[in-house]
Amino acid sequence: MAYRVTMPQLGYDMTEGAVARWRKREGEQVQRGEVIAEIETDKATVELEAFSSGILRKIVLPEGQRVPVGTLIAVIGEPGEPIDDILKEAGIQPAVAAPTSPAAPSQAPAEEVRVRATPVARRLAEELGIDLRQVQGTGPEGRITREDVEAYAARLREQAAAPAPPRVEAPPPAAPPPGMPEAVEEPLSRMRQTIARRMTESKQQAPHFYVTVEVDMTEAMRFRAQLNAQLDEEARLSVNDLIIKAAAKALTKFPRLNSAFSGDRLRVFKAVNIAMAVATPEGLLAPVVHDAVGKSLFEIARETKELARRAREGHLRAEDQVGGTFTISNLGMFDVESFAAIINPPNAAILATGSVQRRPVVRGDQIVVADIMKATISVDHRVADGAEAAQFLGEFKRLLENPVSLLI
Amino acid sequence: MPELTFREALRQALREEMLRDERVFLMGEDIGAYGGSYAVTRGLLEEFGEKRVKDTPIAEAAIVGLATGAAMGGLKPVAELMTINFSLLAADQIINHLAKIYYMFGGQFTAPAVIRTAAGWGQLGATHSQFLEVIYSHVPGLKVVMPSTPYDAKGLLKAAIRDPDPVLFIEHTLLYGIRGEVPDEEYLVPIGLADVKRPGRDVTIVAYARMVHVAMNAARELEAEGVDCEIVDLRTLRPLDIETVVESVKKTNHVVIVEEDWKSFGVGAEVAARIAEQAFDYLDAPVVRVGMLEVPMPYNRNLERHVVPDEADVLAAVRSVVGSRV
Repeated sequence: MAYRVTMPQLGYDMTEGAVARWRKREGEQVQRGEVIAEIETDKATVELEAFSSGILRKIVLPEGQRVPVGTLIAVIGEPGEPIDDILKEAGIQPAVAAPTSPAAPSQAPAEEVRVRATPVARRLAEELGIDLRQVQGTGPEGRITREDVEAYAARLREQAAAPAPPRVEAPPPAAPPPGMPEAVEEPLSRMRQTIARRMTESKQQAPHFYVTVEVDMTEAMRFRAQLNAQLDEEARLSVNDLIIKAAAKALTKFPRLNSAFSGDRLRVFKAVNIAMAVATPEGLLAPVVHDAVGKSLFEIARETKELARRAREGHLRAEDQVGGTFTISNLGMFDVESFAAIINPPNAAILATGSVQRRPVVRGDQIVVADIMKATISVDHRVADGAEAAQFLGEFKRLLENPVSLLI
Repeated sequence: MPELTFREALRQALREEMLRDERVFLMGEDIGAYGGSYAVTRGLLEEFGEKRVKDTPIAEAAIVGLATGAAMGGLKPVAELMTINFSLLAADQIINHLAKIYYMFGGQFTAPAVIRTAAGWGQLGATHSQFLEVIYSHVPGLKVVMPSTPYDAKGLLKAAIRDPDPVLFIEHTLLYGIRGEVPDEEYLVPIGLADVKRPGRDVTIVAYARMVHVAMNAARELEAEGVDCEIVDLRTLRPLDIETVVESVKKTNHVVIVEEDWKSFGVGAEVAARIAEQAFDYLDAPVVRVGMLEVPMPYNRNLERHVVPDEADVLAAVRSVVGSRV
């Protein structure tokens, strides 16, 4: 049966998207689960997988054109199967005979210049979607090598992080107040624009309040060191993994903080999906560890490593970016004591953690040195009150100060 | 770990297998009373007696023919051909008989004979300075082994003796005196498995036998230039462990193949072809071969050195494939 491929919704606030690149051509065989296209959303480029196997019968949406979520973008079906109805439904004039095999090659352009590139350079260029004609070869006889492609890709990434052309619908820039020094205008990238819009929306709509707690991480650090001594490098636990697990466990006791405010009701989620803020050169992303309660600490550690890597390389999949019910922002690696974060809509709360710092603390009547971390929760006051936030932090603290409980 | 010479390691392998399995016996020219042309079998006649260490006439075809029959009859002969140059006299026995017993008897007979032989050079003249491993590596039904270290030599010879198929075991004459660590305890080195003798990032050097040592020396020099070479020692030429080579190529994207033999239709040609078939998309430079000049081996010492590939040749080849990268 013919299957409609539509523009997917890759995030709760995505309303439209574009196909950055079709990875399959019309007439090509596709397997269920195989990547057929790269979808460009406001924040990232995400791979789109086929939901059924068959022939990619028709590509409806050309690359680069933005359409609303749900719009037909392609049809997958059996060879020879009629798909005219589907196309008509979408307002497309069917071809006289729908192609069932790759289109006959058109006349090759007469002056196609062969690019001298090594096989691995060609493969890499294809993977990265790079046009080899743009790449300068430095190998023997000007051959393009793997390094040339990698260097070119790095430059592209830098450019992508730098200003992109402003959006047409952007409000006209306000005239600067008098007396301000001369400035360079830096148009916002698409991702920067999205972050700006969403954070403004959050701060304007959700009345934030903040509660901070000090967690004695001495035991947790010892516990982590003991486990890591016995683990392979790729399996090692970060402090962040302990924080994710502790927050997830604490949320099961305070489920209202794991919810979304929705007008006259609260949507309290059954699963705890922790979104973790990851800084990338292009801006902030929040890939999601799904079901952090059901996963062991070690599973979480493996997953966060993989997610952070994909986020930095710009390879997050659609499912990595949706479904977060609670967010954790950890600036521990930057040696900050504490900070307060803006809630990531539609979440009800976000937890911000600082560095683990060696501090004198009073234990009994003694002053001792301990590893201290401050954690600040920002909560949407429409959803919960201060007492609940404080109790949640108490449980979060208790778990980290008795880290063996994170294994249970 | 004790250090043994290549020669001593081979002798240990023979002795241990003879003690382990009374069906194992040795035969060949001058292996008994004289102790072997390269002294590998010295002392074994005294220890095991004439029934198990047999001196034969100078008749290579007869030696291999006898070994084939003995193997079919249930014994485990280890026949020595003084050098691989003389194996040509037994080529019919090796290629037309020994290699084909299992196939032509429909699996009713096996011929688990080991043919040990030496290859090398050193002012021996054109007819006594050849590497003919390629001829035998071409033939289905044979296994061909050519180790580079005392450790591998011992482990592979023991594995060859226990192998159910005929194995041609080739020893490089210039390696007999090299020393290397060989453990006291029993071990085998599996036939058909290459070995990464030096891990590296930038270039894969595929080599075997003495060329492994030449490549190692070149790699040390290249390291100073910032080029990190990975050296894959094939150890067995048939069956060829191409997977290890391909894995390495996927990592380094650059390949140099070093063989001491003529390049035409050689081991390097075979390895290069398989890389093209199995790792084409991973290559960042053409595959380059280093080998002996395409002439019969000269007798003159200087000419001989000129003809045989050396470190300088490997260095030049590696530099050519890494190109302007360094």
